Amino acid sequence: MSLRVQFIALYTLVRKEATRVFRIWLQTLMPPAVTTALYFLIFGHLIGRRIGRMGGFDYAEFIAPGLIMMQVITNAYGNVVSSFFSAKMQRHLEEMLVAPMATWTIVLGYMLGGVLRGLGVAAAVTAVALVFTRLHVAHLLVTVSVIVLTACVFALGGLINAILADNFDDVSIIPSFVLTPLSYLGGVFYSIALLPEFAQRLSLFNPILYMVNAFRYGMLGVADVGLGTAYAVIIGFAAVLFAICMVLIDRGTGIRS
Amino acid sequence: MLALAVRNLVKTYPNGTQALRGLDLDVPQGDFFALLGPNGAGKTTLIGIVTALVNKTAGEVRVFGHDLDTARDDARACVGVVPQEININYWDSVQNIVTTQAGFYGMTPRQARVRAEACLKQLHLWDRRRDSGRSLSGGMKRRLMIARALMHQPRLLILDEPTAGVDIEIRRSMWEFLREINAAGTTIILTTHYLEEAECLCRHVAIIDNGRIVERDAMVRVLRKRQAEVFVLDLRDPVRAAPVVPGYEIVLVNEHELEVEVTREQDLNGVFAGLDAAGLRVVSMRNKANRLEELFMQLTARDGTDGRGGQGG
Repeated sequence: MSLRVQFIALYTLVRKEATRVFRIWLQTLMPPAVTTALYFLIFGHLIGRRIGRMGGFDYAEFIAPGLIMMQVITNAYGNVVSSFFSAKMQRHLEEMLVAPMATWTIVLGYMLGGVLRGLGVAAAVTAVALVFTRLHVAHLLVTVSVIVLTACVFALGGLINAILADNFDDVSIIPSFVLTPLSYLGGVFYSIALLPEFAQRLSLFNPILYMVNAFRYGMLGVADVGLGTAYAVIIGFAAVLFAICMVLIDRGTGIRS
Repeated sequence: MLALAVRNLVKTYPNGTQALRGLDLDVPQGDFFALLGPNGAGKTTLIGIVTALVNKTAGEVRVFGHDLDTARDDARACVGVVPQEININYWDSVQNIVTTQAGFYGMTPRQARVRAEACLKQLHLWDRRRDSGRSLSGGMKRRLMIARALMHQPRLLILDEPTAGVDIEIRRSMWEFLREINAAGTTIILTTHYLEEAECLCRHVAIIDNGRIVERDAMVRVLRKRQAEVFVLDLRDPVRAAPVVPGYEIVLVNEHELEVEVTREQDLNGVFAGLDAAGLRVVSMRNKANRLEELFMQLTARDGTDGRGGQGG
């Protein structure tokens, strides 16, 4: 099919996903804003005042990039998981499978849907952050590119999860037992310089550490990891996960008998 | 030209079930084609493969000459499908459901809106266009799936039991609608358990059983292949016993009804002559069972030990 047909199909899928996110904004955009407000209130203000400064910034300022990134990760992932898996369960995913849509169109469409949700949540959480602290943007291009690339990585991760999932347990295991622990241990609330050497080395195997720190570099100009390494990790993950999604959908794993 | 050409199609599911065992099938362009078979015969698997929802194990499928292996997207662009199970997005509006489907086939939003109005009006759903899918009745959901399948003006429309659970009035109006789109050039493949529906609508029929085609011919020729037909005769006056007409087996159903079996070698004139001689007046007559149903039962009769039981219909 022509590229024009694929772009129209892609536009249709992205518009469908975006409409869904904004139609149910109470479920998609509000909860992260409320959760982040609580994080700022408890960790940023009540506990943060006793912690003092970290990395040369007030504690609330230091954790702001991490809190924004944590919500982007969770929501980009959750958006694609819930949208794709419910389409699979209700069988209206077949609307796409019977149409002449290229595999890349389907993967890109769901990925962009997840990115849109991630950016929508980032905007809501940033607005909340501004109530509690000052926000800096030291390097705008780094800030924007890292948040978009990170949302891509986790949207693709969510798509793989939804493709392989057979039941609702399968879609809740990864967020609960993998994403949340890795996010909390990925330097959202602390600099890994505070950790013992062994824990610092172990933290370097956590990909979320690179995302949080690259984003923190973009906003505050400080990071625990090198920017080049962080981009390599994020882009590498995005490329590998995109390829896995392509193979799974092409083979019909989990979606075709 | 063939709308659908299937050669030596095999499907074995991961659990070992052989749903299709080297199936061959041709459907000419412009035909209204019935695909019949008992539950588990392989009909839905065949449709699933043609519509790219099921991966085949072996064989070749061509839709209007486009090979499903080498020109999958071209083949899919020619096909519209109305599946057996309801598969609409319950939370989306009727209009969004059809325009989204059109977008997936490459129609611009503007083209899709125009086409949606035409399709939804044809299927009597235009007044419900802003309602969500979940608010529709069963018959409306089925009509919505037909409208959705027609959005991209497919050359081949596959209907997998489209009138299941639909009341008689709507079923008849759907028949009329299907006749119209077939007359306008759309090839239609219909699977149904209502054999009267197939007999009434379709010009050709294939009967699939145990993953193979066991009969495929023009409907009129298939119906002629019946060995015998049973008629129910309504009598004007009551009788106490079945009359004896030499050469015919007549059974008394009740005092006003007789059943008579007429084989291919016999005719009804002999029955009426015998009844006339016995002083019995027949006021009406009907087939005991649908004619196609009799043939269907004959062709798919089995002892129940064939190991049948696929994943679909």
